[in-house]
Amino acid sequence: MRYAMAIDTKKCVGCSDCVVACQAENNVPIGFCRDWVVEVTDGTYPELELENRSERCNHCENSPCVRCCPTGASHYAEGGIVLVTEDKCIGCSACITSCPYDARYVHPKGYVDKCTFCVQRLKNGLKPACVSVCPTKCMYFGDLEDPNSDVSKVLKTRKHKTLIPEAGTKPHLYFLI
Amino acid sequence: MREEIIVSGRMNELIDPHLQVWNWEIPAYLFLGGLAAGILFFAGLMTLQGKEKEFETTIKRAPLFTPLMLGIGLLFLFLDLKHKLYFWQLYTTIKLESPMSWGAWTLLIIMPVSVAWAGMYIKTIFSNFKWPYPNIAEAFEWISKQKTILAWIMVITSVILGIYTGILLSAFNARPLWNTSILGPLFLTSGLSTGAAFIMILSKDEHERHALARIDLLLIAIELFLIIHMFMGFRASTQVQIEAANMFLGGTYTAIFWTFVVVLGLVLPAALEIMSLKKLKVPYYIAPALVLMGGLILRFIMVYAGQMSRWLY
Repeated sequence: MRYAMAIDTKKCVGCSDCVVACQAENNVPIGFCRDWVVEVTDGTYPELELENRSERCNHCENSPCVRCCPTGASHYAEGGIVLVTEDKCIGCSACITSCPYDARYVHPKGYVDKCTFCVQRLKNGLKPACVSVCPTKCMYFGDLEDPNSDVSKVLKTRKHKTLIPEAGTKPHLYFLI
Repeated sequence: MREEIIVSGRMNELIDPHLQVWNWEIPAYLFLGGLAAGILFFAGLMTLQGKEKEFETTIKRAPLFTPLMLGIGLLFLFLDLKHKLYFWQLYTTIKLESPMSWGAWTLLIIMPVSVAWAGMYIKTIFSNFKWPYPNIAEAFEWISKQKTILAWIMVITSVILGIYTGILLSAFNARPLWNTSILGPLFLTSGLSTGAAFIMILSKDEHERHALARIDLLLIAIELFLIIHMFMGFRASTQVQIEAANMFLGGTYTAIFWTFVVVLGLVLPAALEIMSLKKLKVPYYIAPALVLMGGLILRFIMVYAGQMSRWLY
């Protein structure tokens, strides 16, 4: 099993519904977010290109955060999901510093917090909150090893990229371009 | 023109607008750790070479301060933790890929070693010092018979402690300024240099001071080489590292780095040390004080600038 997410940058309108859904589902403290929307404008007027990306933890296969964690609080869970065990985390911030995507933050309670792909929902056969609320249905989620999953199917037919693969992290958020 | 904005308004504390998750506690600890490592290294080395007579301050006096330095350093580390009551989780596992993990274990060894060393010599420095319980005095009596073993442990663990302060940062590939293997040797050399400087300030024996000044001159030369080598490496590397180096070659940190670290912290003390070796009259504490200042500022600049350097995507 290898969970992954694909986001269609051609369909995303940047409404931030995914951000709000995540905050509500995961009780994210006020002022923080586990996912966010980036808008990239490229080119010179009038030849402009726009790309909207809903970003979050990339659940990397070679995660610098898991590698540098001194206590083993950051770890790989089933399906390659990167999780933090709250009562093992000492709040040293090494993982925050190690993440090239700046996907982690310190929860006001002291431990480090981040996107979990909504493991609590996956257990019940549901999709992550961000995916299930997207009004343009631009997000695909599933098991990469299952050829019939939404994410496998869409990656087979569409051109895609990952963010800074040159950082050597083997990220598992795919952006359809 | 390329413009990238987070439209959903992410403003995570300590992360945005740029990473600032490590503050003064970390560079202050890195400095104290390197300084204590330097002092303990020279104390161990000179003991193993049987130079107790010529290097009295190095072996007996300066190490008395190291438990305090390591203790304050550890306190700073503890202050930096955001989930403080769980700090003991560090000692439930050994993770070889995490420099912070083996650094924590090294500290667990070197801290009692420094206490043992200081306890062994406290009576020779303060002649009317008395241990409150005879058992303690006997324990230190026994320890002083194992001096050679202790000196060996000290030389090895102090090198690990000194180099780990740099490797800790260089292991972060997400921060291009830190992601160079030069940082380990650079911080080790700087730590040894500040250790030698601290002993020079304490020492009243001109012969010992001159011997240390000679060692320090070599260390300063190595440090200058490593700094130049580091920037050459950055300039020849990827765009993100070129931009990291540019912070020091025209950018925000240029003036403070080259003035306080390179000129006042390395070149000037080296010149002063050469002058005092040539028997010119220079107050002996100026050069080592400058070295200590340079070492402290180097760590502050590297920790703060490193957090500003990032990957672009």
